[in-house]
Amino acid sequence: MIIGIDMGGTNIDGVAIDEGRLIKHVKRPVDRSDYFLSIWGAIKELLQDVNKEKISRIQLSTTISTNAIVEKRISKVGVILQRGPGLSWEFDDLGDHVEDVSGSVDHRGIPIASAGTDELVRIRDDFSHHSVESVALISKFSTRNSTFEKQAADFLKDSFQNITMGHTLSGKLSFPRRVQTSYLNAAVSSTFQNFAINIRNALKREGIDAPIYILKADGGTIDLDGAIAKPVETILSGPAASFMGMSALLAQDHIDRCLLDIGGTTTDLFFLVDGVPVFEPSGIEIDGRKTLVRAIYSTSIGLGGDSYVRIEGGELKIGPKRMDHAIVFGGKYLTPTDALVYLGDMKVEHSQKSAEAIEEAAQALQMSAESFAKKIIAQFCKTIKFAVDSALQKIHENPVYTIKELLSDRTLKPESFGVIGGPAEALRGHLQREFNLPVELPPAFEIANAIGAALARPTVEITLLADTDRKILSIPELGVYEEIDKSYRLERAKDRALQEVHKASEAMGFASDIAEAEITEASSFNMIKGYYGADRNIRVKAQIKPGLITQAPLTQLKSRNEENDESK
Amino acid sequence: MKANNTLGLILFPAFDWAISPTHPEREERLLYTQDQLLEEGIEDIEGIHFFNPSVASAKDIDRVHFCYPSTKKLLTPSHFIAAGGVIRAFEAVLSGETDKSFALVRPPGHHAQRVVYGDRGFCIINTEAVGLAYARKKYGNMRVAIVDTDCHHGDGSQDIYWNDPDTLFISFHQDGRTLYPGTGAIEELGGPSAYGYNINIPLPPNTGDEGFQYVLEHVVLPILDEYNPDLIINSAGQDNHYTDPLTNMNFSAQGYANLNKLLNPDIAVLEGGYSIQGALPYVNTGIIAAMAGLDFSGVVEPDYHLGKWKQSSRITEQIKKISEDVLTIWQHKEALAERIFEGKSSVTRSRQVYYDTAGILESQTQEFITCPNCPGLDRIQSKNDRGASLIGITIPIRACPSCREKGYDLFEQTKSARGTKRYLQDLAHDKCIID
Repeated sequence: MIIGIDMGGTNIDGVAIDEGRLIKHVKRPVDRSDYFLSIWGAIKELLQDVNKEKISRIQLSTTISTNAIVEKRISKVGVILQRGPGLSWEFDDLGDHVEDVSGSVDHRGIPIASAGTDELVRIRDDFSHHSVESVALISKFSTRNSTFEKQAADFLKDSFQNITMGHTLSGKLSFPRRVQTSYLNAAVSSTFQNFAINIRNALKREGIDAPIYILKADGGTIDLDGAIAKPVETILSGPAASFMGMSALLAQDHIDRCLLDIGGTTTDLFFLVDGVPVFEPSGIEIDGRKTLVRAIYSTSIGLGGDSYVRIEGGELKIGPKRMDHAIVFGGKYLTPTDALVYLGDMKVEHSQKSAEAIEEAAQALQMSAESFAKKIIAQFCKTIKFAVDSALQKIHENPVYTIKELLSDRTLKPESFGVIGGPAEALRGHLQREFNLPVELPPAFEIANAIGAALARPTVEITLLADTDRKILSIPELGVYEEIDKSYRLERAKDRALQEVHKASEAMGFASDIAEAEITEASSFNMIKGYYGADRNIRVKAQIKPGLITQAPLTQLKSRNEENDESK
Repeated sequence: MKANNTLGLILFPAFDWAISPTHPEREERLLYTQDQLLEEGIEDIEGIHFFNPSVASAKDIDRVHFCYPSTKKLLTPSHFIAAGGVIRAFEAVLSGETDKSFALVRPPGHHAQRVVYGDRGFCIINTEAVGLAYARKKYGNMRVAIVDTDCHHGDGSQDIYWNDPDTLFISFHQDGRTLYPGTGAIEELGGPSAYGYNINIPLPPNTGDEGFQYVLEHVVLPILDEYNPDLIINSAGQDNHYTDPLTNMNFSAQGYANLNKLLNPDIAVLEGGYSIQGALPYVNTGIIAAMAGLDFSGVVEPDYHLGKWKQSSRITEQIKKISEDVLTIWQHKEALAERIFEGKSSVTRSRQVYYDTAGILESQTQEFITCPNCPGLDRIQSKNDRGASLIGITIPIRACPSCREKGYDLFEQTKSARGTKRYLQDLAHDKCIID
């Protein structure tokens, strides 16, 4: 049995799933003064009448790290930068303890100069004097040569609670993003660690020793120890939970698809190519900071069931603001939900006030109330279509670097849509007409997020670089930095990358036959120096992409709550 | 970080194309440049946008070149994409999408002349000329200055704009007596309709940052001021760098960045430059920062030491003298042209062109038929040592109606030439005829 918890901004949803069957579902409000107790409350409620021994894993999508960042409840971070030559990024949003050290490595990882120990001594003393708790160490091109970060971490480890080394967080290049990602990791590390300890102890007290996994923004999970080391990986997992839930609840075809999550205030869009999610090209942005944290591509528009509908200068406007609930649910301002109720698409108790508001606004445009309600919904759907088209355009414009990619005309073209959220059912027919494509409404979509959290499996991504001239092989994400011989070839690099991905997956309790490792990029460049001999610069990326723990036909999933409803 | 000038970058390293596996123009060429740009966080600078290249059509190429035996047979997809990348760069600026643009594409193009039998100096087609011809067709004729900062003389661009008064071509390069392709002397000044608008500034080997800056400030900028172009293009070859394996100059990343700051080009196009680890990553970062109006003071090569590459005073004196000569000619170009071309209705030049990469030798006679109302017609008769021959006629974009008619008449007359491929470029009506 799997326990899945999704903690959102206002509510926590929890599910217990056993062999493709939804056993139980709970929903509780988030207590902003104590996130741990909020989550623990949901887990306890789920545990009430299930057999604890049957629990095989507990999977959490939490906003612990996200909230710590957004609410600025973070540790005091000291940042040490080895910038080397290059552009002058300011980094004025990393707090008061940012120090530069000398030295640099170049793009191939060749050391140019190293920082002196005296510099580190001075910085250590200064940080200690100012009660710095966590330290982030970032060197330009540390993914190519992590020597400085490792040596400095070794030197500082006894003086501070936590040390984050930039190269461990991603194999991607981007010094500014590595700086921000490392800073955030250091900033949330103790908050997350406290949470992790609490949850582990609480489960232990209940006599449960099932492994705990945390959802990441890329739709995969990481084990609790991994999350303690890289808590920044756990930020912004909410959209990924919805996405994975929708994937679980819809037919798992290998087609191009667009998924819509229509909430009260906003609508989130996601895309799949041949059944595989589209990712953010570089990494996710949080609190105005661009990071290297891999995430499922999602774009959010200010349009939802509760968006503010009004006439401005004779024109109908919807959103992006939400003022209140829909009038039909006791609010004061007209919303698309009121229009859906007026048209009979949403079956709720009739509200005189809601209908009057529609009629009144319709008069201002000299329309019948029905045409006006239709106009609202038509404009709502058109705005979504526009957002989908713009997002597709943006995805198509992502840079490519090979002739093969440029000349292949593979473009993402959704063949069907999936839609969830409060007004999803009522909007389905309207959207279908707008897109002229099938729009599917998954069953039990109200708890897609918790189901997504429950069923996501680990993802791993590694970046291998083998330079036969330097005779060095590195995989920054795994801390691998070792010697190779001159005869090293692409095939060996690919085998090694797959092996490492399998190993990482197995370490998280997943046999490699469940989660299949794949090579996503592989190239070998001839390096010519002088007139004799050629070396190779070999680059391989491998991953286990997001997927579901079970391949069971979850579309037939039926919650016991529903069964209870029927029996009532 | 926010760019003061918005900048469109077309970074297309063509990781799956090389002239041959060990050729300088190979897959690896922009690998480290891309690494450096990504690590510097260029992608996240507000105002810098990445664009994929367009793919040029055969027609885009035929506006500029007479390709033998045919455009499609001579070119690989990488050439259509490199030219398309430059087209995208023009499009970005002329449509107003960005203030400036930089096409980092390969292979380069500035050795490709109007007639093309094969590869010369790693170039088959002149990507910049293809971009400019596209831009003039779409956005109308404009006055353009091309400043070629590659270490090799831009003999292809010189040839294409030889008689075009609307394109000022300035090349500064290592003296042709010491480096491929050998041309680029001060005395090569242009055809009868554009005499003095082809400017060569041959520099002595071991010229350093100081020398380039001198030439820029004392020759290039004053001439540009006077010419007052609508568009400035930098043919941004990067082989003047002190680490370049093929040349003998001492220019640095700071020098290149500073040059672009002063020159302030609208569009830059990568040309040569084969110090792919020691120079290109830093030079390109510097050029991008300069074009975007960002601080580039920290962009230096790891092995750069101020003073190490300082040029000798003898070289400084030589450069001063060359600059003076170039300026004197510029100031007297009208009088000089009158003395040479007075009363001539047609001017002919004959020369041999060697295609070093392809190993072909071409013999060419070019006739400029002058006109008091427009830049006049241009007829090329060419044959090569493999037995191929062609005749090509160019009607310029600003041709007067009577020259245009005359161009078609001339083309009709070439029909009798058996076994010779015939080309007509009617740029005034964007029409190319090949048979």
